[in-house]
Amino acid sequence: MDATQSGLGEKTMNNNNDKKASPWKSIQLGLAILFGFVVYAYGFQITKVDLEDLRSERRQQSLVRVMRALARPEILEYEQQEEVINTPVYVTCPASGVPTLPGADTSGPYLIVTPACAEPGETVQVEGFNFAPNTAGPLRFVPGNDPANTVTLGRDNVQTDASGYFVVDFILPKRPSEDVQYIRATLSQNVGAPRFTKTAYDTWEKIIETVFLALLATTFGTFLAIPLSFIAARNLMKPVRSPLASIALSLLGWPIGIAIGYVIVRWVEGWSSPFAGNIPVNLISMIIAPVLVWFGLRWALPQEEITVPSTSTRMTRLVVLILTILVGFYGLFQLASLSMNLGRLSMTSLGSLAFLGNFLFQAGDIVSIITPALGGLAAGGALSSFMGRIGQRSTEKLSINSAKLFNITFSTLAGAVTFVLIGQLIEWLYQITNPFYTLWGPLVTGALLGLVVAVVTKAKDTLPTGMVIYYVTRTFLNGLRSIEALVMAIVFVIAVGIGPFAGVMALGLHTIVSLAKLYSEQVESIMAGPLEAIQATGANRLQTIVYAVIPQIIPPYISYTMYRWDINVRMSTIIGFVGGGGIGFLLQQNINLLNYRAASAQMFAIAIVVASMDYISSVLREKYV
Amino acid sequence: MLQIKNLTKIYDGGVKALENVSFDVPDGQFLAVIGLSGSGKSTLLRCINRLIEPTDGQILWNGEDITKASPEEMRRIRRKIGMVFQHFNLVHRSKVITNVLAGRLGYINPAWSFLNRFPKQDIQKAYQQMERVGIADKANHRADELSGGQQQRVGIARALMQDPQMILADEPVASLDPVLAHSIMKHLEDINEKDHVTVLCSLHFLDLVHRYADRVVALNQGQLVFEGLPSEIDDQKFKDIYGRDAERVG
Repeated sequence: MDATQSGLGEKTMNNNNDKKASPWKSIQLGLAILFGFVVYAYGFQITKVDLEDLRSERRQQSLVRVMRALARPEILEYEQQEEVINTPVYVTCPASGVPTLPGADTSGPYLIVTPACAEPGETVQVEGFNFAPNTAGPLRFVPGNDPANTVTLGRDNVQTDASGYFVVDFILPKRPSEDVQYIRATLSQNVGAPRFTKTAYDTWEKIIETVFLALLATTFGTFLAIPLSFIAARNLMKPVRSPLASIALSLLGWPIGIAIGYVIVRWVEGWSSPFAGNIPVNLISMIIAPVLVWFGLRWALPQEEITVPSTSTRMTRLVVLILTILVGFYGLFQLASLSMNLGRLSMTSLGSLAFLGNFLFQAGDIVSIITPALGGLAAGGALSSFMGRIGQRSTEKLSINSAKLFNITFSTLAGAVTFVLIGQLIEWLYQITNPFYTLWGPLVTGALLGLVVAVVTKAKDTLPTGMVIYYVTRTFLNGLRSIEALVMAIVFVIAVGIGPFAGVMALGLHTIVSLAKLYSEQVESIMAGPLEAIQATGANRLQTIVYAVIPQIIPPYISYTMYRWDINVRMSTIIGFVGGGGIGFLLQQNINLLNYRAASAQMFAIAIVVASMDYISSVLREKYV
Repeated sequence: MLQIKNLTKIYDGGVKALENVSFDVPDGQFLAVIGLSGSGKSTLLRCINRLIEPTDGQILWNGEDITKASPEEMRRIRRKIGMVFQHFNLVHRSKVITNVLAGRLGYINPAWSFLNRFPKQDIQKAYQQMERVGIADKANHRADELSGGQQQRVGIARALMQDPQMILADEPVASLDPVLAHSIMKHLEDINEKDHVTVLCSLHFLDLVHRYADRVVALNQGQLVFEGLPSEIDDQKFKDIYGRDAERVG
């Protein structure tokens, strides 16, 4: 108790000391204010803050016009019924006096001009009777003596009252003529139910495109961002350390594995392609392959194993596993063919549902294109982790000296191979065509670097592999994230042509990098306790992620994904500016044509979509988070 | 037999959490680890299953050196060592049954964990263990819907799923009220006596130590200051362990 009190006392005294004004502090504050003043003053200069233009009458008029147009989006229109009435008038009274005109037909709508003749530029009074009540329209002067003349001069807007009457002062144009001329009232009236304008239909079509563009980009982006987010999370990567031999061997494993995997999968494709067009074979394969894969996997990867299996069992399992995977790839190719065949069939037979066929066809095409790449990556990953394990084992088993020799050999080799690959990439990008810079130079540099690393590190030390991967991933993500989706869209428009697909690619790529960053920060902030508990059960890294990390990050992942979809909807509204599809194209067109009412309709559509996205996401969040 | 030999842990900041700690634990013993907060109890327990890497020293378990084990050997060792935590460390958003089944992960082939599937016999076993600690009716509840005492029982069921030969309990009752504390301790005692599982349990209250422990080791600032029977802790020993100003309560 005593201790607590004295502790409090000290604290209060400290506070008193802090509060005592020191001249240095005042000077600091003054300098800070001065600095702020200078910064903002310069900011005003740079951004040309100037209200003078705003005061000019002309600008205000344009502004009002645009604002009014924006306030009346071109969404609904009515069938118009027009009442067109001409009445004769003489501009310059004829010398012979005004001829008596036939009295107007007073049963229908009619106009009376008083006086019936006047000099050009003089004002006459025009009265209208018996028009439809509460209608509006222009009152015009029709030159020449033809009442059907479509050329008109001057314009006054008139509006009838409840009894269908209006009166207006009309200035006669300077168009003197001996002949009779006319004044025409064109009063139009909305009839029937309102209907959507062409703009509304176009906007609807494009906003749907926009929403789906955003949906696809978000979906692809999310799928790829999730694995990236794990390797960009410090707390998961920090404990990952491996000995040099393991790193060197897994580095070697990647390119070799990718090459082998790609070749083998292409070979399997060669097996599958003769039956590509044969739907019965496709169907049979689709039944047999999954069954074989299931049993193969069940046998080769027993769910639970208490004792360590013998080497021969392990080898048999490995063989079965590889065969199973080959059957699996055969199945994938057959699936792709089947999907393409069914798609082609249903495109011709389904009529208005042909888009389902198109989807099947495109999905099949995607599968057949990415399967070899997938095979390469899978084999690369598998070989790399296998060789990494060999490295780990040898480090454990070998004596210090042999381990050192092992490290030196493989580290040099790995360095050389990695640098040569980078050199070849540079060659491909910049076409230097000088093997000294792109082949021999990197070879020697890489080998030397590997050698130095191997010599410097102690034989059995572990290196922070995880943190290296973490920093590389972070740098890569930050670099890509700084490129706006709009800029990416320009590149993709060149790659896949103008249209929504380019937008999907650009937004998808941007989604991957920005979501990966947001996600990884969520992974970094999970509770460490469950992670520890799952690790303590003997779970390996993958199991720890599946059972301790993923359950914790589902809620933030869902809400970030929804947020990202929201951003993507908004982004996809402008991605059209550079040809990336979506509503942006229409919006830009209408703004350039000064068709603000149509642009307003598109802006309304965007606002509605964004607002409903927000609502839907909050409902979903409440339900699942 | 668990043998701790000259175990030292120095954290990155230079803090010495454990200094030259040595003691043996015969199989089947209920060992209490006592000491002030920050005396190194948690570090000691976590060094045994290498959640924390020891800086120096050896930990021999049935003759095998845990500190030298490769990642794969560590997996086999860890699955035989259950662990119970002060804050239960359940995965809140997962079901109770999933939390209990997680105890089986050391035995399951990692390739299958993507599918979130466990063998049938494991699921049966999970229900048996939940029955044993009295939470079978909560199997399909989310873990964070349970009260503290129930959550700790889930933690014990998870440890039991490992078929452990040893349980490390890191202040298992420090977040619970006295009644619940006894019920949890009784479960540990039951496991110790019926299944002959070695239990290493860090505790704060001496009455619990007297009631449940076969033997006590005490740490003070990372050093072993007492090793013996609970009844041997007299006033002088107490002051050695907890400092001169400490007063006995309870």
